[in-house]
Amino acid sequence: QTVTNKVIQKGNPKTGKGQGRQQMIIKQINSPRSNTQRQGKTRRKTGKCYRLTILCDVSVCNLYSPHNMKQVIADNEFLGRGNLGNGVQELMGTPVGDRNNWSISNYFYLQVLAACFYPALLEDDSLPLDVKQRAESLLRECDGGSVGSYTDSSGITKIKHCVSQFITRRDGGVPSSPDNIFIKSGSQTIMLKLLIHSKDSCQTGVLIPVPTYASFIIALEEQGAAIIPYHLCEEQGWTLQVEELRKALHTGRKTCNPVALYICNPGNPTGHIQSRKSIEEVIRFAAEERLFILADEVYQSCVYGDDTEFYSYKKVLSEMGSTICSTVELASFNSVSKGFMGECGLRGGYMELVNLDPAVKEYASRLFSARSCPPVVGQIALDLMADPPKPGDPSFPTFSEVGVQAIKNTICKNTGRIQEVFAELPGISCQPLKAGFFVFPCLHFSLKAIKWAKKRQMEPDMLYCLRLLEETGLHVRPGCEYGQRKDSHHIRFVHCHCCELLHVCEW
Amino acid sequence: SWSWDRTSWQTYATNLSAFPAAQSEHLQQKMSENGALPLRGKVLTLDTMNANVKKVDYAVRGPIVQRAVQIEKELKEGVKKPFEEVIKANIGDAHAMGQRPITFFRQVMALCTYPQLLDDNKFPEDAKNRARRILQSCGGNSIGAYTTSQGIDCVRHDVANYIQRRDGGIPSDPDNIYLTTGASDGIVTILKLLTTGEGRTRTGVMISIPQYPLYSASIAELGAVQINYYLNEEKCWSLDISELQRSLQAAREHCNPCVLCIINPGNPTGQVQSRQCIEDVIRFAAKENLFLMADEVYQDNVYAEGCAFHSFKKVLFEMGPEYSSKVELASFHSTSKCYMGECGFRGGYMEVMNMDPEVKAQLTKLVSVRLCPPAPGQALMDLVVNSPQPGEPSYQTFMKERTAVLSALAEKAKLTEEILNTVPGISCNPVQGAMYSFPRITLPERSINEAKAKGQAPDMFYCMKLLEETGICLVPGSGFGQREGTYHFRMTILPPTDKLKIMLNKLKEFHQKFTQQYS
Repeated sequence: QTVTNKVIQKGNPKTGKGQGRQQMIIKQINSPRSNTQRQGKTRRKTGKCYRLTILCDVSVCNLYSPHNMKQVIADNEFLGRGNLGNGVQELMGTPVGDRNNWSISNYFYLQVLAACFYPALLEDDSLPLDVKQRAESLLRECDGGSVGSYTDSSGITKIKHCVSQFITRRDGGVPSSPDNIFIKSGSQTIMLKLLIHSKDSCQTGVLIPVPTYASFIIALEEQGAAIIPYHLCEEQGWTLQVEELRKALHTGRKTCNPVALYICNPGNPTGHIQSRKSIEEVIRFAAEERLFILADEVYQSCVYGDDTEFYSYKKVLSEMGSTICSTVELASFNSVSKGFMGECGLRGGYMELVNLDPAVKEYASRLFSARSCPPVVGQIALDLMADPPKPGDPSFPTFSEVGVQAIKNTICKNTGRIQEVFAELPGISCQPLKAGFFVFPCLHFSLKAIKWAKKRQMEPDMLYCLRLLEETGLHVRPGCEYGQRKDSHHIRFVHCHCCELLHVCEW
Repeated sequence: SWSWDRTSWQTYATNLSAFPAAQSEHLQQKMSENGALPLRGKVLTLDTMNANVKKVDYAVRGPIVQRAVQIEKELKEGVKKPFEEVIKANIGDAHAMGQRPITFFRQVMALCTYPQLLDDNKFPEDAKNRARRILQSCGGNSIGAYTTSQGIDCVRHDVANYIQRRDGGIPSDPDNIYLTTGASDGIVTILKLLTTGEGRTRTGVMISIPQYPLYSASIAELGAVQINYYLNEEKCWSLDISELQRSLQAAREHCNPCVLCIINPGNPTGQVQSRQCIEDVIRFAAKENLFLMADEVYQDNVYAEGCAFHSFKKVLFEMGPEYSSKVELASFHSTSKCYMGECGFRGGYMEVMNMDPEVKAQLTKLVSVRLCPPAPGQALMDLVVNSPQPGEPSYQTFMKERTAVLSALAEKAKLTEEILNTVPGISCNPVQGAMYSFPRITLPERSINEAKAKGQAPDMFYCMKLLEETGICLVPGSGFGQREGTYHFRMTILPPTDKLKIMLNKLKEFHQKFTQQYS
């Protein structure tokens, strides 16, 4: 077998080794913070040939957001003044002029939030009328007129309506019911909790793509699921092939009871987007094999490839044959952390359930209620994302033309440039970029480099990232953290700010 | 732990080939039976759902509250009721009951969110300084950025300083502080870390009865074993060590008790623990090798004379190194209660003491799954632990607002106790702290039978009737746990004084009528 199936092998995550209570407490969870990041911290302190660590990509747990990127770009500027280390080639410049777009398009959101926090601002003339109106209408939905009150545990009713209208618009009229919307960041965990039996003799299995981002895998581990990896086909632009799904499922069935299929579309870290036909095939497959579809669609608004369009699983499902569209169970996730809003720190997200057994839904609500309400700030952000300023509103021009449009232009320019550079560069190949925030190019290492890494008991791409960080201050993540085919190596970085990508392939 | 490396794949492959053939066959057979089911069947049904979920129950948002929401809707639609509005005294939600937010906090929050306001001279200088400081420690100087999973550095430092001040100089290490999404998040996370084993070795968690249903719900969800210890209602809901001992002994027969949860000041019972009692509990935990979880979210809510809040951390350290270097403790605090009552922000922190460093590393990973607590909640937590100081422009207004809230609560605590105790058939302990009263009610035999015939807990039956007839929404004692044959309800003391008086009098009338009707 030429494929490294990185299966997470999981006895019982809840059993620790050794004796004593401390050991008992230990749960084995994969560390999301790996060496590169720690390295970054020490480097910054010692101040080497570069002055600041550039976070091109920080994996799972933190720091990656457009807001951070503003900082990052500023750092780049600094770096651009020529503090680069020896033997380092500069590949790309930074389109400095665009760096404030994110905050400009977010003025509307931020103004509404500020007015909700401190309603005295509603008397202030400096805020646009539509901002005030929106803040007032949101405050009316909060008990006691304060964002400091608890809300219903699945979210404020009006905001759930607003989200369901957003979904209906997005899907070209396919109806969506607010009763099926659950507002919560991290609602994936709730679905997993319902689906996964950790104590059964036959473990619950979940199919996940390789590569995939690590925090979802940790969440699966935590719930005690068995992970069944299926590989995306890199050669064909990271497409999802049903044959591969079938093979993975077949293998999985030997050791566990697969119940769910996890899809990330548009893909993180791969930057691919599924075609309508591919989605149909996957749905048919899930129907045949009786799998619950978990569709992570958080990058849905960040689609920039030529002739590419985002189709939601919900929409495609609803347009398939009556048996399929009324039976295949689907949970789809979206959040305010990605897309053009990029408000990661506010923790706003939602899940829409399709075809869920009503009795199970009852228990889902109960689980939600046992966790208190989602942060009101995140709920408000969601309302603003689902219902942004419209043409004619005072905030529309800044929001749309200066903000969103400029971001789109930057992204298109950046991704185009990245692909041009990669095309010329020996040793790196990159699939077409179509959606999402990330680039996941393949690095072709020389045998010498691979041997050297082996000697140091490290994955070559990990070593590469460490060296890149050491020598240039560029912080990217190695592909081994996301999973990749045997003997293939990648790095992941964020393209939106398009920092200099520095290539140090001298070993 | 796994990682995407070759070694674990190889281990996996080895295990796979070592999989006993017979078992494998059996599994395949089982699986193909599943596969043969008709297409129409759902994947996720009550039968296939995680069984632990079925045990989760959360009374504070249970059927009474659902009905209350429905009634509110009916009232809006113009349905005639014997009352004009629903009074929600079921949940500790201060702002919903009309409490005003602390001006300073909200000013800083607005400044943090929309920094352009920093140029506005309508905001006081100290508010601007706080906002600048918080923003500087946020990624990209924005509150919209992800923060580190453990929480913003400067906030954790401020929390540590606050704890140190509060505890009379006992040092607190920012590395031991984890910012959380409200206290609930911290509590569930620690319980998750502690839950392990099967059958008789399954983790047992000792919780007070009556308890706050977050504990029972999380224990059920995690499949841990709930161990009840009863508070002494006759002695103002105090905690007896002998009762702890009894319940521990009994539990050791069927599980592995290793956690002791304390809520002080108490929810739903409103008692405040004496220093002596805390010492005794710590000694007990040390002797029995238990992990202590101290839920101290009501630490500013102490009203009764002669009562004071003592943190477990402080008492532990004052007991000397024999205890302070050994007993493991996690204590929790949040922005939702006290004088600020900012529940919707979901801000909170926990401090862990004496936790094994390796376990702490696991804890750090565990919290990274949820990426980070909401940044605005973290900012608000910072303001709570770093409030205006004497000499700062906002100090006076801040103190005025803070004192007003706390003294009104003290007054309402007394009022509630007094009025309820005038009702024959209701007896109420003093509300020493927190935000709730948990009076005992005597129910006529006939009402108990009628409730049982309906399959309802008698106090649930009582509360439902109360809601239908008066619009008052309370939570029945059965949702919190109580001694067999006793009945209670939990009521918040949060409604504004006039409204509280009206509510208590309505309650009085209802109770008399109810008693008559069923006698």
